[in-house]
Amino acid sequence: MDPSKRRFLKRSVVLLGASGLVTSGSKEVGAFEPPDVPPWMKSPGAGFNEYGVPSKHESKVTRTLIRSQPGTTGSGAARTPLEALDGTLTPSGLHFERSHSGVPDIDPDKHRLLIHGMVKRPLIFTIDALLRYPMVSRIHFLECSGNSQFLYQPTPPSLTAGQTHGLVSCSEWTGVPLRLLLEEAGVDPGAPWILAEGADAAAMSRSVPMAKAMDDAMLALFQNGERLRPENGYPVRLFLPGWEGNMSVKWLRRLKVVPAPIMTKDETSRYTDLQADGRSLMFTYPMEVKSVITRPSHGMTLKGAGLYQISGIAWSGGGTISRVEVTSDGGRTWTAAPLSPLVLPRALTRFRLPWRWDGSASVLKSRATDDTGAVQPERDRFIADHGNNAIFHCNAIQAWGVAANGEVKHVYA
Amino acid sequence: MSTRDLAWAVIAVVAAGCARATVVETPNLGRPATAAQIAGWDISVGPDGVGLPPGSGTAAKGAVVYEQKCQACHGAKGAGQPNDRLVGGQGTLASKTPVRTIGSYWPHATTIFDYTRRAMPYVQPQSLTDDEVYAVTAYLLHLNGIIGDSDEINARTLPTVKMPNRDNFIIMYPARPR
Ligand code: HEC
Repeated sequence: MDPSKRRFLKRSVVLLGASGLVTSGSKEVGAFEPPDVPPWMKSPGAGFNEYGVPSKHESKVTRTLIRSQPGTTGSGAARTPLEALDGTLTPSGLHFERSHSGVPDIDPDKHRLLIHGMVKRPLIFTIDALLRYPMVSRIHFLECSGNSQFLYQPTPPSLTAGQTHGLVSCSEWTGVPLRLLLEEAGVDPGAPWILAEGADAAAMSRSVPMAKAMDDAMLALFQNGERLRPENGYPVRLFLPGWEGNMSVKWLRRLKVVPAPIMTKDETSRYTDLQADGRSLMFTYPMEVKSVITRPSHGMTLKGAGLYQISGIAWSGGGTISRVEVTSDGGRTWTAAPLSPLVLPRALTRFRLPWRWDGSASVLKSRATDDTGAVQPERDRFIADHGNNAIFHCNAIQAWGVAANGEVKHVYA
Repeated sequence: MSTRDLAWAVIAVVAAGCARATVVETPNLGRPATAAQIAGWDISVGPDGVGLPPGSGTAAKGAVVYEQKCQACHGAKGAGQPNDRLVGGQGTLASKTPVRTIGSYWPHATTIFDYTRRAMPYVQPQSLTDDEVYAVTAYLLHLNGIIGDSDEINARTLPTVKMPNRDNFIIMYPARPR
């Protein structure tokens, strides 16, 4: 490393001091410190497991279930506990869930995908057939466009990072490029839209522009190496990298090539963005550039002044994260945070920065920029531009206030 | 070679690359779908009305369907509670407390038919007859003051119904209009 860079890094350590959770130097009650030998070394451990599960000591790391629509159990969402995770990939069991009428129990042998409409040859595919097609594997985030919607509220919600921003997760998705199947069906080259429909009880459907379908859309069959989880669309889902999650229709059963958007409930009544002037934005597909500090974050308590590691995630549906800056003084000064490799397009990107907390009240924020030059806006700017009435596509900067007693809380600053 | 020729050469190479990419060999395992198979699954209805089935209904008939199959969740006359309110809110969208309903917000009447047929009533989706869906669609339009009590809603009339908020959507794809 060239010396000027090293000097810069050293200085940034001093400027923004931080580390994980502090452990006290004194011996904890009940711990097996040297010279004591712990009991788990004195008899053989458990045997092998057909399907592994997390340590029982991690049982509190769960998705947060946000209330389903009154009287229903399957019309709502469950969020990824971002504050408890690190790295960039989300364990499949903690990937966020969003459904409109529950998770269907689909027998893959009995499921069919129909492709029809403006095609020469309407076709039916079995899952077995799809598994024989050429596949690609790509790491991408998936984000519900309703993520971070609590930031539209006039007062800061008393919620953790996962409860506010946990409708984003990141996986390796493997599947068949949609283009291959459309070509096999003899798609009309001038056809502009495709209606995608799920096999759930809501027959959830969205209109997808042909350009996206022919570009990087895939029919995902595998998530993080194993077949999709039921709540993520088993046995097959549409996957549209970088675009609002609702369009990546789960439990995909039908693709109809059409001359114009169908204007389904979930692209008119919902997933449109009501602005302050009473007009609404429609077809706001790519998810905007965004970041959030996951540690320290709301609900945590810092144990005294000293060095901590700030850790967070950044992502953009528009491309690759090129820069994340962090402030600990509410935005007066910003420091570029190193991005942990892998830095991939349309994928969660991890940033980390050491921060020396001097024990006084501080405000932490992160601000992401992507390779198209898009910069995450401050919340007051965002609300001035969009108003408080929308539900979707909020990418405002998230602020965490650290009080002198170490308590971290969601603040607007 | 001029710069212009170079540019063309690049385009030719890119085009050749694309052509190669499109002939990825696939096993061709799609089975032909028959018209009857497609008809059984094709339940989407766009603003042009393509896909609307035969049948018809009026608000008067739809009131009966609504009371029996919708009211428990959407309240008397679409007033809402416990689930979404389906009526009212016109004139509130630019206020601090906007009320989004079929009447105040939805841009297309065909969406009511499409959505009700595929997803409602919530616990028995796809259980209504086409006449029942037409009738309850007419009832919801009438409750919102958009059509009359005895106006017939069918495949021909539904796409012609103009929704009050129709022109207040800004289409953001492929780019924000100027
Ligand atoms: C068991 C309760 C229940 C019944 C009965 C029911 N609905 Fe619903 N309805 C819901 C729920 C829950 C939703 C929200 C679904 C979602 O999350 O997408 C909904 C949503 C809707 C919406 C969309 C509202 C909006 O503004 O986006 C319409 C329209 C609707 N229902 C019409 C009907 C009609 C018509 C009937 C009778 C044929 C009916 N519902 C019966 C529970 C019910």
